[in-house]
Order: sequence, then C-alpha cells, then structure tokens
Amino acid sequence: MSANYILKNATLVDGTIADIAITGEQITAIGTSLSGIEEIDCTGLVALPGFVDLHTHLREPGFEQSETVLTGTQAAAVGGFTAVHAMANTSPVADTAGVVEQVATLGREAGYADVHPIGAVTVGLDGKQMAELGAMANSKAKVRVFSDDGKCVHDPVIMRRALEYVKAFDGVIAQHAQEPRLTEGAQMNEGAVSAELGLVGWPAVAEESIIARDVLLAEHVGSRVHICHLSTAGSVEIIRWAKARGINVTAEVTPHHLLLTDELVRSYDAVYKVNPPLRTQQDVFALREALIDGTIDIIATDHAPHPIEAKDCEWSAAAFGMLGLETAASIAQEVLIDSGKSDWARLAQVMSHNPAQIARDEEAGQAIEVGSVANIALVDPTAKRTIIADSASKSKNSPYIGMQLPGRVKHTIYRGYFTVRDGKLSAKGRA
Amino acid sequence: MSNLKNLLSAGDLDRDFAIHLLDVAEGMADVNDREIKKLPTLRGKTVVNLFFEDSTRTRISFELAAKRLSADVINFSAKGSSVSKGESLKDTAQTLEAMGADAVVIRHHASGAANVLAHSGWINGAIVNAGDGTHEHPTQALLDAFTMRKRIHGTASAGKGLDGVKVAITGDVLHSRVARSNLLLLNTLGAEVHFVAPPTLLPANPSNWNAKLHYSLDDVIDLEKPDVLMMLRVQTERMNASFFPSEREYSRIWGLNGERLLRLKDTAIVMHPGPMNRGLEIDAVSADSPKSTVLEQVANGVSVRMAVLFTLLSGERATDVS
Repeated sequence: MSANYILKNATLVDGTIADIAITGEQITAIGTSLSGIEEIDCTGLVALPGFVDLHTHLREPGFEQSETVLTGTQAAAVGGFTAVHAMANTSPVADTAGVVEQVATLGREAGYADVHPIGAVTVGLDGKQMAELGAMANSKAKVRVFSDDGKCVHDPVIMRRALEYVKAFDGVIAQHAQEPRLTEGAQMNEGAVSAELGLVGWPAVAEESIIARDVLLAEHVGSRVHICHLSTAGSVEIIRWAKARGINVTAEVTPHHLLLTDELVRSYDAVYKVNPPLRTQQDVFALREALIDGTIDIIATDHAPHPIEAKDCEWSAAAFGMLGLETAASIAQEVLIDSGKSDWARLAQVMSHNPAQIARDEEAGQAIEVGSVANIALVDPTAKRTIIADSASKSKNSPYIGMQLPGRVKHTIYRGYFTVRDGKLSAKGRA
Repeated sequence: MSNLKNLLSAGDLDRDFAIHLLDVAEGMADVNDREIKKLPTLRGKTVVNLFFEDSTRTRISFELAAKRLSADVINFSAKGSSVSKGESLKDTAQTLEAMGADAVVIRHHASGAANVLAHSGWINGAIVNAGDGTHEHPTQALLDAFTMRKRIHGTASAGKGLDGVKVAITGDVLHSRVARSNLLLLNTLGAEVHFVAPPTLLPANPSNWNAKLHYSLDDVIDLEKPDVLMMLRVQTERMNASFFPSEREYSRIWGLNGERLLRLKDTAIVMHPGPMNRGLEIDAVSADSPKSTVLEQVANGVSVRMAVLFTLLSGERATDVS
C-alpha cells in the first residue's frame, strides 16, 4: 500500500533531514527519497509531534458565546495541537460521566483534535464534596486528569482524599494553586506595580503555600500531583525541592507567564487580566530557566476565551483569562530555541510528550517514528509574524495582538489528516 | 501651556504645568471672593458629573466649579458595578458622548476606570478623574497643594512650588487614592513625603514610591517635625478585615489628638480630605484648631476644580499627555 503523504525533507528534532511517510493514521516510514501518492515539500520545516495542551478552556457546554469545542479545536489545530484537555469549568460543570462524555463526543464530531475532558475534582467546583471521579474515569471519555481549575481545591482533607482516590485508575489531580483567603478580591500581582495602581494584590505566597502543602500531601499519600500554571519564582523553588526529594510532582507554565509581566497592567487594559496574574520580570526569568532545566515539565496554554464585553470594561469588572492556543508554539520557540538555551527535542517534550504522559494519553505525544500515530506539527522557525486580532477562536482576547512573534505552524496533521495546510485551516475536520 | 486633554493622574502634571494650574486657581479664588461669583468662560459647554460611587462633597465641588464658569452641568449617578447591575461603563460613556458632553468628571469604585474611559475611544470629551477606586484623586492633590502653598506663602504664592516642605500623610495609605495622588504631585513640586500607618495599611512592596515610611506617628511628630500633617480617613470596615484590632487602638496609636497637636511645630498645619471620623483618626480639638485647614481645603477645592475645567475646556485640546 503506498503512502498517502510524503513529507519531503523535513527536519527532525535531532536535526537530521528526512522524508516522512504517512499511511492512513500512521507514520509508516522515515527515510530518504520516499515516494507516495502526494508529496509535500517540507524543506526548512521542523517536524514536531503534534502538540498536546493539558489546559484548555473550550467553554462548551454553557459558554458558547466565548468558544465551542469546534472553534476551540480549530484554534488548537492552527497552533499545531492535535490533542487538548478541556477544563471542567463549563455549565453544567464537567463533574459527571454524562458531561465529560458529551464533551468528548463534540470533540470527535469536530474532528480537529483529540478532546480529552478534564473532570472536576469536586461537585460543581465547590470544593466541598468529591465528584464521581471513578464514573468519569470509567466513562467513554476515560478521564485521567481532574481539576477544579479556576478554583483551588483548598480544603486539605478533600485534596488529600482526591490525591489518594485517583490512584485507583492512575489519575492525577491538577491543582489550581490559589489560597482563597489570601486572594479575596485580587486583581493583579501584589508588588510594586499594584502599589502604584491601587489594584488589590494577588500575592505570590497564595500560590506557593498551596504548592508546598500539596507536594507534601502527595508525598505523604504516595500520589502524583500536577500543578497548573506556575507563575512565581518561589513556586519554581518549591517544585525543584520536591522533585529533588523524589515527590511525584509535575508542573506547567503558560506561554503568557513566560513572556509578559505585570508592567502591562499599567494600561488598565483588561486583556492583561489573568489568573494567576502576570508577575515580574524576575519571575519570568525563573520560569524560563525552570522550563529549560526540567523543573517545569510542560507548557500548557490556559487558553481562556472571553467575549468582547467581558474585557471591554473597567479592570475590576473584567473576566480573567487570555487566548493562547494559536501563539503557544511561537513563545516556546522564543524561550527554548531562539534564546539559544535549549533545543527542538526539549520543545517536543514540553509541548507534546510530557503533557501526553501526564494525562496518560497513549495515542498522543508519540515521537516522529515508524509506527507512531501521524500527529505532526510542521513549523517554519524562520517566519516572523505580527499577531492580529483575527483568530480561529471565537474570541479575540489575545494579549499578543500587535506583537511580533517568531515561527509559524505551516501544517498540522491530525491522525493522518491535514487540519491545517499551508497555514490555512481545513474547512472540515477529520471524518 | 494648556495642552492637557484629560486629567487622570497627578503624575500627568509636570512641575511647570502643576504650578500653572495652581496659579490659575489663585485667580479663580479671587472670583470666589467676589459678590458675583461667576465667569462666562465655559458658556455653552456641557460638563457631566458621572458618579458611580456616592460622594456628595466631590460632586457638589465640581458642580459649583463648573457653574461658576457658566458651563451646563449634568449629574449622572450610576451606582453599582457596571457588569453585574445593568448598564456598562461603555454604554454609559457612549450615551454621554451622543449627548455631546464636553467634559466628563468621573468617580468610580474601580481603579483605572478613568483611564479606561479616556483611552477606550468611547468618548471624545475631556476626562477628569474625580477618584478611581484606590488609585488616584488628582484634583484632591491639587487642592491640597494649593492649600499648603497658600498657608506657607500667603499672597506671594504665585509661581511657587513646595520645595523642601515636609508632609506627613497618616492613615490608610494602602487604600487611599488621596495618598497616591498626593505622593505624585508633592514629589513633582519638590516636597518631602512621609507616610505613617500601621504596617497592614502600607503596600507590601512600596519600592516604586518616593516616600519615607513610618509606623510611629509619635516619632514622626517628634523627630521629623513635619510642616504638614495630613490625616486620612479610616474606614471602619478595615477593622473587620483585620487591618487593625479596634478603633480605640487605632486612635491611640495613629490618631491625631490635642496632646499630639501641641507637639507639632508652631507653623505646622493639619489637613484632612474629609469627611472626618471625629474621634477616630482626628479628634475635635485638632479638627477645629487654628492649625486645621479642613474648611480651607473645601473652599480651595472649588477654585482648583475651576482651574482644571477652565484649562481643559477653554484651551485648545492638543495631545493627551497621560
């Protein structure tokens, strides 16, 4: 059987140049001078395993004015993603088998990426009673990641029990680390800038104290724990300490926390309002270093679409969150490649292998090799693009509009199907 | 000189421009002493007082200022948070724009609301920040500077700054827009700023503030010998949020009383932006003493706001300096 596609002269993460043959859903050959039905010139393009986002807000069901599973996965495809994990803070909350199965079904129907629902840890994200984690794990959606993201599982007993309980099906709790009492009414990073702007501060200690508690809880009960969106230098230190101690903890950082600082809040432009908040340049440096040295395991977007009216208002009335799917790979490239401090293999780990491994997605994050599922992002690292408001997402709350970012995802291949080709989104998803 | 489109922050004003505004206010003060307290300058202009927060004092001060300049004044009271309760800031602003407001004086509970209004493109009129959340209240800083200058230099005030004047601002600095605007303007005019507060009511990271911070009012009075002691209003709800244990303890340690008043130097003045909590941050002896400028501040507020409205609305509107 001849291959459907030959990706000619693609650059692999180790720098070698090769042809990649795709037959059906699989990578069937890697070599030189391969031939097949359709050959695509990939000279100068880096072939990366399709990206996997562990932290995506698809907003459906309930907030379809912001995003749907279809538009969110289309934005994902444009960004080179072939799998996303849909956060549970929908309406109704994804705290039952019924809701997670619905989201998974919507993802399959859309056909732009694998959609793995994340289940809520507690009923209604209320932090009080554990949701039916087993039912969600055993459902057709096969949920393995549980999170009350947007809210912290702040009750230490609930957190302990959840960490223990998910061991039964090799699940993981993804904690949104935010001590609620220390962040009442919080609007931005507590620091020199908040003092000037008169906005209520979100202190670093509110994040760090929960992370410290949870790594110790994870150690005590022998569970793994995942920490969402690290934002402070202090959090990095705690994770570094915990890993050195052998605690089974993984950590993520968002693209925006790798690039932007609280100085931007001086504009009072609510596009920069996000939770956890943008921090200081020192925090940005610490997060970048931690991503490079392995303390932080993954980049996750925390893609958080909001309608115009939720941002076109005074700061304190605005919603938290910013878009991220379509720009994540560019920021990863800037931090890891263009900085000269790391390499494409590390980028593939943090954008694909590691998130898939944390979520136990067996068919995602596979290396570009024979037998792997054909999930591939082909990136032109030499491109420069100025970010515009126009987006595959239904929302426009990108903090990068007007900024120039490096790199461009030229093609995205999802299970052997081009969801993006020559930078253009396919009109239809994979059947 | 009058190239200011909006007044959003006391930091918008450079030294020359701040002194110019204070000098214009001197002229306005003369008008306020006349029998017929009115100038025709802003006839035909419309000034909207857009108040999302109750503040009778500030509103009537702006209203009087606009009326004495012969502007038409509309008071628009829009209480409540914009998104949860009814009309958004954007819709309100666009409505005022459609009605042809030449200036919008905005008081809002959200820090930065005046900035958003000025830079959103929703409205073309001049924006005057009459207090935004816990951020700024620039006309208060101007009237405070005006009051200090008048007490220190009397009739020879024109053209002068506040160089070397030592100002101690005491109270809830953390939540005070008065403190923030005063800090910026006093720095610009050459004064030396001291903040005095319980540690809970100072910002966690004041590193960008050009001010000296103190915990002890007694030490500041005895060692720093301030020329100006400004007491800030303390809201009793701060007590419930554990910023301090009780009103009595606050008053004992950080309140101005007759005994502390006596230890101030002879020429020192006592200021308060009002409304006062008599018996909490300031006692009756201090509030009513000859050192107190509380009522002068109120009168000067009208003159300063006349100067601001006059300068924003009568001159050519050039670039937005903010």
